[in-house]
Amino acid sequence: MRDFALHRPASVSAATAAFAGTDGEAAYLAGGHTLIPAMKSRLRMPDALVDLTGLGLSGISRDGDRLWIGATTLHADVATGASAIPGLACLAGGIGDAQVRNRGTLGGSIANNDPAADYPAAALALDAVIETDRGSFAADDFFQGMFTTALAESEIITRVGFAIPQQSSYAKFRHPASRYAMVGVYVARHAAGWRVSVTGAGPGVFRWTDAESALNTGSDTAGLVLAADDLNTDIHASAEYRAHLCGVMLKQALTTLA
Amino acid sequence: MQMTLTINGQDHSVEAPAATLLVEVLRDQLGLTGTHIGCDTSQCGACNVLIDGAAVKACTMLAAQAQGAQVTTIEGLGSTDALHPMQQAFREAHGLQCGFCTPGMVMAGMEMVRKHGTKLTSELVTHELEGNLCRCTGYINIVKAIVAGAAAMETQNA
Repeated sequence: MRDFALHRPASVSAATAAFAGTDGEAAYLAGGHTLIPAMKSRLRMPDALVDLTGLGLSGISRDGDRLWIGATTLHADVATGASAIPGLACLAGGIGDAQVRNRGTLGGSIANNDPAADYPAAALALDAVIETDRGSFAADDFFQGMFTTALAESEIITRVGFAIPQQSSYAKFRHPASRYAMVGVYVARHAAGWRVSVTGAGPGVFRWTDAESALNTGSDTAGLVLAADDLNTDIHASAEYRAHLCGVMLKQALTTLA
Repeated sequence: MQMTLTINGQDHSVEAPAATLLVEVLRDQLGLTGTHIGCDTSQCGACNVLIDGAAVKACTMLAAQAQGAQVTTIEGLGSTDALHPMQQAFREAHGLQCGFCTPGMVMAGMEMVRKHGTKLTSELVTHELEGNLCRCTGYINIVKAIVAGAAAMETQNA
């Protein structure tokens, strides 16, 4: 790993100042479970890292119909602490492995927007509000395709508010080595209707509107087929295989609603 | 950069580049070679250490990030003369073949006790071991060892 300057600020304003004051490339560090491996392989070579874990952005609280989770809350803590949304707690408890969940953070996952990450699926299906140091985004506007979000250059996610659904569930088919989703489907039933999101299958997380319509009108979802045209083909699976998996994961999620 | 790390209850003043991983400081600077580097890609768990009691992969954490926390390595768990119950269980159940993954496996067992208590089932242990790889594939006895080690910790604390 190439060396860098490490900043460990204690406030959001100090963090953005350290980021802005970097001569060269700066990057924010949360749990580091994507960034540090990327730096080891020199895919990333930032000149400065700004550690966000000292900003006091961890914690889970309920406010009315939303469950707010701080950006640096660990996956392990969401798994045990997000009982208001069992589907979300279950999703967090299935990210990576036990040791990864003791370091990885919600904000890190959402900011990185890996096309096979779990949290973006929850954020989209649970109509999340993503708050930052300078405003907020609806999840529908936030995720903009592979590793791309609406965040500005030095913007910091502070917390994420998930709409508490009547019922929800997440089903994923994991790649057996990486533990990332080959396909993951999050299904949520809200008072205003169903929301269904898919991760792992395409270049970024997306809503499966046909599945939402079928669920909203009470039609059978068994025959639903997702078009494979825009899905990923790689060494692990073809687009057609992933399209089929979407249907299988949808079915699984619907049988485990909680 | 200058950093102070608390490892196995003892403070260490370390001078190392910011890019130094926790496992590198443990092994190269402090000679605590019980923590192994297996894959170096966050997969195998051979580098597991406890940070404030929680198991993490020391190859995917900067040493500087461990400042202010209690780091426990395999050397801090027990001694050659007085093995920790989890270590003793690995010895008795023959929970190792080549032994390379063992320190990380023992730490994974500690994590399971922290999260689930001392009454573990082999099904739970098998599931929770997903972040640890044994290239000898000696999982059957590793699972037995963790179940027995957890139970022995209960006895020890009783």
